Amino acid sequence: MTKPESEWTWKELPVGNVILEPGNASQYRTGDWKTLKPVLNRELCIHCGLCYIFCPDMAYSLNEESFFIADLFYCKGCGICAKECPTGAISMVLEEEEK
Amino acid sequence: MAKRVGMEVSIAAAEAVKQANVDVISAYPITPQTHIVEHLSELVANGELDAEFFCVESEHSALSVCVGAAATGARTFTCTSSQGLALMSEITYIASGLRLPMLMIISNRTLSSPLSIWNDHSDAMSIRDCGWIQFFVENGQEVYDHVFVAYRLGEDRNVLLPVIINMDGFILSHVIEPFELIEQGKIDQFLPPYQPVHRLHPDRPVTMGAFALPSIFAETKKAQEEAIRSSMPKILETWKAFGDMTGRYYHPVETYKAEDADTLLVTMGSCSETASVAVDKMREEGRSVGLVKIRLWRPFPFEDFKKATLHARQLVVIDRAVSVGACGPVAAEVKAALYGEAQRPSVYNFVAGISGRDVTPSDFMKMVDKAEIQIEEGNKEGYEIYGVRG
Repeated sequence: MTKPESEWTWKELPVGNVILEPGNASQYRTGDWKTLKPVLNRELCIHCGLCYIFCPDMAYSLNEESFFIADLFYCKGCGICAKECPTGAISMVLEEEEK
Repeated sequence: MAKRVGMEVSIAAAEAVKQANVDVISAYPITPQTHIVEHLSELVANGELDAEFFCVESEHSALSVCVGAAATGARTFTCTSSQGLALMSEITYIASGLRLPMLMIISNRTLSSPLSIWNDHSDAMSIRDCGWIQFFVENGQEVYDHVFVAYRLGEDRNVLLPVIINMDGFILSHVIEPFELIEQGKIDQFLPPYQPVHRLHPDRPVTMGAFALPSIFAETKKAQEEAIRSSMPKILETWKAFGDMTGRYYHPVETYKAEDADTLLVTMGSCSETASVAVDKMREEGRSVGLVKIRLWRPFPFEDFKKATLHARQLVVIDRAVSVGACGPVAAEVKAALYGEAQRPSVYNFVAGISGRDVTPSDFMKMVDKAEIQIEEGNKEGYEIYGVRG
């Protein structure tokens, strides 16, 4: 869809609210559920990818410098990545206290 | 005129479903609906009807199967009564929300408790707000006829809604009545194959019944509400086309000796025929009494109802269900319809004939007498359960 769902009028909805475009759940910002966000200490990271594997929302992806970084548009702040990180490189930080 | 044949109403209903050439039937047996599905299962088993017949483990599953089948573009049918409808109720809202046309015949029966198998409208009223187009028919011929009306109407691309035909359990379902059956060729012309707008198909995947956020839910409900409200012209058009084919014309609200009447009985379902006998008797006595019958329950025909009743001094509304703690649901609707009018008749409400207790012509006459006296004495908006001992 060309515009976000929250801007549709009732007349524009497909009959029965059928979803015609596959995969439109990717437009849903689950990132605004979180209070804590993961912050990576690159000094400690060993690039093992366990954060990427364990992330239940597949928010992690590999960047050009070979670090796994969480996409905060989707990250719900569950903290599983921080819990699983074998070197303690990920810490969960209150969003508003960042930096 | 076509030849008339005698047939049990449930059997005629099943024959109509066969003639409508349904693809999928899914139902669970419950009295007094059972004869309809029993006969359909025979028709499928002996090869007279080429359809899938699903024997399911509950009514919840029965309607769920219909929803799934309708989503693939199949013409589907189910029927139920009473507790079965209560168990289906969750799915009734889903069928209409997904805008899936299908037909359900409800052979109306009392909701427990106490446990009862007899007829009233408490089951239908329990799902009043489920978003289906809802008819209440008066006799067997109307059941048969409305099967074709329901499919053509519900499948219309400007409507796309499921349809319920309410017929009184036992009083209609188990009696033998005369029927004018319609030739198959005429039905095939009246009822073209269903062409869904969207359907579940691997070649063109879509998602139905997905989660909706608060940001889109209200818009979805508004679209559904507009669909059923604006189905009214299609309902009239479908009845007109059906009348042109058969000579039997139907209307949302029908009247009998009502035009000049001071007092109007208001009824829904099979008791309308009995009420018309009472009207004849009272007319013979020189009394100014008529009858207004509501055939279309949802969308409620507010304008037609007002047109039929505003000239009267009083309405005697007969309900076949109780909205416990309020009044009869038909009376509530009637009062809502009239509220905006400066000059409106008084509305006296009787709940009568619950759980199959007979309501005879003399009962209707007694109710009219009592309402007229009560209104004369100033009790203009009375409500009572009729004929209760003690």
